[in-house]
Amino acid sequence: MTTVSFSLNGKQVSADVPDNTLLVNFIRETMSMTGTHVGCDTSQCGACVVHVECESVKSCTMLAAAAEGTSVTTIEGIAHDDGLHPMQQAFHENHGLQCGFCTPGMVMAAIELVKENPDPSETEIREGLEGNICRCTGYHNIVKSVQAGARMMGE
Amino acid sequence: MPEGSTKDGIGASLRRKEDKRFLTGSGRYTDDITRPGQLHVHFVRSVHAHANIKAIRTDAAEAAEGVVAIYTGEHVAADGIGGPICGWVVTNRDGSPTNEPPHPILANGTVRYVGDHVVAVIAETLEQAMNAAELVEIDYEVLAPVVDLANAASGAQLHENVPNNMYFDFELGDEAAATAALDSAATVVELEVRNNRLIPNAMEPRAALAEYDHIDDAYTLFTTSQNPHLTRLVIGAFMLNIPESKLRVVAPDVGGGFGSKIYVYPEEAVCTWASKKLRRPIRWTADRSESFLADAHGRDHINKIRMGLDKDNRITGLRVDTLANLGAYLGAFSVVTPTILHAPLLSGCYKIPAIYTNVKGMATTTARVDAYRGAGRPEATYLLERVMDTAARQVGMDPAEFRRMNFIPKDAFPYQTPVALQYDIGDYEPPLDKAMEMIDYKGFEARRAEAAGRGKYRGIGLSSYIEACGIAPSAVAGALGARVGLYESATVRVDPTGTVNVFTGAHSHGQGHDTTFAQIVADKLGIGVGSVEIIHGDSDRIPFGMGTYGSRSLAVGGAAIVKAVDKIVDKAKIIAAHLMEAADADVVFADGKFTVAGTDNEKGFGEIALAAYVPHNYPHDRLEPGLEETAFYDPLNFTYPSGTHIAEVEIDPSTGVVDLVDWACCDDFGNLINPMIVEGQVHGGIAQGVGQALLENAHYDETGQLITASYMDYCMPRADDLPNFKVDYTVTACTHNDLGVKGCGEAGAIASPPALINAVIDALAPLGVTDMSMPASPEKVWRAIQSAQAEAAE
Ligand code: FES
Ligand code: FES
Repeated sequence: MTTVSFSLNGKQVSADVPDNTLLVNFIRETMSMTGTHVGCDTSQCGACVVHVECESVKSCTMLAAAAEGTSVTTIEGIAHDDGLHPMQQAFHENHGLQCGFCTPGMVMAAIELVKENPDPSETEIREGLEGNICRCTGYHNIVKSVQAGARMMGE
Repeated sequence: MPEGSTKDGIGASLRRKEDKRFLTGSGRYTDDITRPGQLHVHFVRSVHAHANIKAIRTDAAEAAEGVVAIYTGEHVAADGIGGPICGWVVTNRDGSPTNEPPHPILANGTVRYVGDHVVAVIAETLEQAMNAAELVEIDYEVLAPVVDLANAASGAQLHENVPNNMYFDFELGDEAAATAALDSAATVVELEVRNNRLIPNAMEPRAALAEYDHIDDAYTLFTTSQNPHLTRLVIGAFMLNIPESKLRVVAPDVGGGFGSKIYVYPEEAVCTWASKKLRRPIRWTADRSESFLADAHGRDHINKIRMGLDKDNRITGLRVDTLANLGAYLGAFSVVTPTILHAPLLSGCYKIPAIYTNVKGMATTTARVDAYRGAGRPEATYLLERVMDTAARQVGMDPAEFRRMNFIPKDAFPYQTPVALQYDIGDYEPPLDKAMEMIDYKGFEARRAEAAGRGKYRGIGLSSYIEACGIAPSAVAGALGARVGLYESATVRVDPTGTVNVFTGAHSHGQGHDTTFAQIVADKLGIGVGSVEIIHGDSDRIPFGMGTYGSRSLAVGGAAIVKAVDKIVDKAKIIAAHLMEAADADVVFADGKFTVAGTDNEKGFGEIALAAYVPHNYPHDRLEPGLEETAFYDPLNFTYPSGTHIAEVEIDPSTGVVDLVDWACCDDFGNLINPMIVEGQVHGGIAQGVGQALLENAHYDETGQLITASYMDYCMPRADDLPNFKVDYTVTACTHNDLGVKGCGEAGAIASPPALINAVIDALAPLGVTDMSMPASPEKVWRAIQSAQAEAAE
């Protein structure tokens, strides 16, 4: 067992977990925060993307212990007090989600993508989201959402 | 009182009501639910494609830390637990029934595919269950696998009651007429195609959580299902033999289905069964590898096609002989998919005087194959639209013009095909014209030349499809072997304050029912969509419903809602007439208000609702209090969406990579309730079809091991594999439901694969390439180019 402590969506959390606990399981099971999803077992789908120190991370590939002392943000932690994060709002406006299962990872990856590249082209968005699989939308509206989200984040 | 206006009603691209919970991480999927005291089950699965189980030793596993119970097929048999059933069977050519083998939820003596469930290990934590599973020892006597579909009949027999590994031998159409047409044809076109095997891959893996309440002797099962009532019926009545009323099935938010979550699977039955034996909640969530191995797969046909044309190039006859790989066991819709959902579609949108088809459903040592987005219709459309292009090429016609001259003319509806269906309405030329315009079909040769200048091969490909949605009517389906009804149900409950709850038997797992259904009700009642709540997915709350598949939710479920709303309005009119002291016939309902014709007397919808629940001044002699109505809608016919999709590709001869550069489609779905949601369905369908045509392929090696069992090896379409899609519509309203709607969920997946393969062949045709199998992977395309060039050099 090991004690893991970090800031989760701005709140300090701490728990004793087996050494091999993955960050995604720590978030979903230990912390009962189920917005972050698990879609695969080979680090290929991106449903589990969270931000660790403001960088996108597939939380299924990281040990919880490796997040010790960091600041972790999940889909539950990005909305502002006065409403949705611009990227969430853009996904809503542009029908960038259907079943919603890939959505948390997709939105988290998109936010990071726009932080790196505030005005991404369609190709840059498509290539940037290559690590996130969506089976429902055909990506067309996700690309539109990210373009709109980038504009809104820039405002 | 109801809020908002009606501007968000039918036809509005209203943003979805359900989005917020998904966007904020507040969705509630099965794996998000936990119960105090829950145990975890892990399944030991067969590592062999075909083997007899000689012995199972579980003592070491039982002694492992945290283990609570270990079950095998013997426990299942001892408790008399049944297996999943086949929901639809067909009659063979010789009049005998489908051969239905048993499907024990834990293997009983024999395993028949890699991934078959053998032992259930239940422990306090998932890790303990998985560790203990490692200690289970199974002695197998390995038997010959049966992997090659073409030779399945001569392979080792899988089931005692399935001779020649043939589940069924089905036919439809007039063989003599088709033979005569082909014998006298001026041109006979022959083609053999393989419809590649796909793995559905909804992003949410299947999961189940079952709990047993010993005080009420009742179970609750949370599960990833597209149709909770069917799950309840099958598990209750056929598997566990418990009264249906003692089993509540909840399908909460479900992360995509595409068919794969229609069926009852062994895992959810094991959880339910064990929850009573152990008096603890039992949970299971598939990891993705298990999804690959043990979810129902899709497609996997070999189709041999012969089409006859007369001297004017009009189609005179069609014969299709199909082998359908159904895998190791029969699932709920495995039999109906390649037969009733396939054979009647072989006329497509064309006038074909004589059609005959034979379909043999084969058993192999692979995962079961069942309905996957489109179910039977993509297979029919693929073979037909491929042979249409082959025929056009053979007679030297433009593929668009060859299709056009063979279309069923718009004045021929209702049109009776020679393969059972009667199309109520359609008009196939306008979508063809529009799609050609959208992609600039006329300008294509210039683009091809320009690409050639850059050393690229450019091609264009069409597919004009028809599909049949909302399987119906129940009586006809029953005569054709269905064991379920095909209606849908709806209860509309108006609250005293005028807000409305709709309890629907359809299930939303991405389709946006919360929004679309609310729009319908808001529109009909003249209230805001914010006043309408859609409830689905819980067998304790909704009326008995059939769930969501086959693009049926709007055409059947939506129609049921309209019927229930109509009953509400009829009753409310009588209440309004009473309150306004008018004759019933003089009361008119429009825009949320009841008025007496020719007067300015009016009552709002909310006032009537209140009067129904506070019935002080009320027509008690004529009506019961309350304002709640239920309707079941059994459709009169299938609905027939149609349209044309056109793909344009560019191929790099040095790598064989097919770049999908443009896509245009024009579909006729009848009336649209929410165009934004419809468009999303089209995009998603096309993406799955592109996946089939270019990327995806489930491959078993000759020993029966699934080689493509992870996202490393099974190539899913990703954002950078796809272009933006140009989508438009024409409308011929369905003639037999109140909404005039047809359904849109599967069209993209049905139409797209042949358009894409036709485009690839068109690009390579100048080299002499005439065929390409799916998926058109870089390796295959590169080899085709190489061998064409080598041949040309000879
Ligand atoms: S769960 Fe698929 S990448 Fe993490
Ligand atoms: S919305 Fe369903 S997987 Fe992306």
